[in-house]
Amino acid sequence: MENSRRRFLKLAGISALGLTTKPVFNAFAVEHGENPEVTVKRGGDALQAKQWAMVIDTRKLETSEDLEPIIEACHHAHNVPELSDKRHEIKWIWEEHYHHAFPNKAQKFMDERIEHLPFLVLCNHCENPPCCRACPTKATFKRESDGIVLMDFHRCIGCRFCMAACPYGSRSFNFRDPRPFIKEQNKEFPTRMRGVVEKCNFCAERLAVGKMPACVEVSDGAIAFGDLYDPDSEVRELLRTNYTIRRKQSLGTEPSVYYIV
Amino acid sequence: MSDRKWIIAGIIVFVALVAFPFWFNLGKAAPAPELKLTERAKTANDGKCVMPTEYMRAEHMQLLDLWRHSVVRNAKRTFVNTSGKEFNMSLSNTCLDCHSNKADFCDKCHEYASVRPYCWDCHIDNPKETE
Repeated sequence: MENSRRRFLKLAGISALGLTTKPVFNAFAVEHGENPEVTVKRGGDALQAKQWAMVIDTRKLETSEDLEPIIEACHHAHNVPELSDKRHEIKWIWEEHYHHAFPNKAQKFMDERIEHLPFLVLCNHCENPPCCRACPTKATFKRESDGIVLMDFHRCIGCRFCMAACPYGSRSFNFRDPRPFIKEQNKEFPTRMRGVVEKCNFCAERLAVGKMPACVEVSDGAIAFGDLYDPDSEVRELLRTNYTIRRKQSLGTEPSVYYIV
Repeated sequence: MSDRKWIIAGIIVFVALVAFPFWFNLGKAAPAPELKLTERAKTANDGKCVMPTEYMRAEHMQLLDLWRHSVVRNAKRTFVNTSGKEFNMSLSNTCLDCHSNKADFCDKCHEYASVRPYCWDCHIDNPKETE
């Protein structure tokens, strides 16, 4: 070829130019480089289980006055706002009538004690949670390590599919900014913002530092908490020796909250 | 070719207009904010943050992102830094424990850089502050 020398010089020039881009790529590579040698781990005191479960002994919780301190302790610990408008209400743990808590177990003529007993209800941390399947962003998920159904508020887009999916009404939506309605802030726990769903977290933040959930702690022995799959756990012992019921068991969600009646 | 003077004049006007923000604001750049460290931030852990200062300055958002993912989704709440020291991964309870001057420490730079992190919509600032 007549101009091969000319072509060669052109290519050589362009190649030399290409080499100069390396420092630029290096600079980019450094900026988005891997984290230096750091690790994350579980705290030494953290309580662990395959599936956390709760047994509520309704024989020891007979009146609304018995439930009140339990609800109060939970709502204070988690900065749950108190909104007087029922449509905006936020609740993690609350009192429910038998007919509403166990609609498919209600009889026409019932034991009078049970019929008028206030039941403490909360998120059941189902083994087969329908809310997690409904969530389009995986903001709510079943934690593999201990079976708690958790919320990642950072990811929640407020679509409320989970609320429609939950058969227990365990989830509340922040229609308003909750901060002005929190009576007394627990500074160690975050609040939520407008537009996210929230619910009971089985006190994941307390379990992580070796404490029992807030409701269990103030229940004076009426609520037991432990590993459902540890045959020697307190909850398994109670389940072995008492007749217990669960909410809407026929739906197949496998709730982890049991009631001794 | 008879429109040459119009075209050139037009180009000059166009360039001047497009460059307006640059020459108008020339020399008026706001000075970079100076961070104020609290006494506790200077003394705790020998004045070292969880990671070297340079790293924190450039990558604190990545670190916080790692923290939040690890704590919320993986139940791992303890951070071990390069020198083997352990920290509880909590924005309100660890970061703000030393950097309790959010207005002077966080907000100043964020405002300067025009970034609006939504951390404080939920996380409580100054947990240890006593009015």
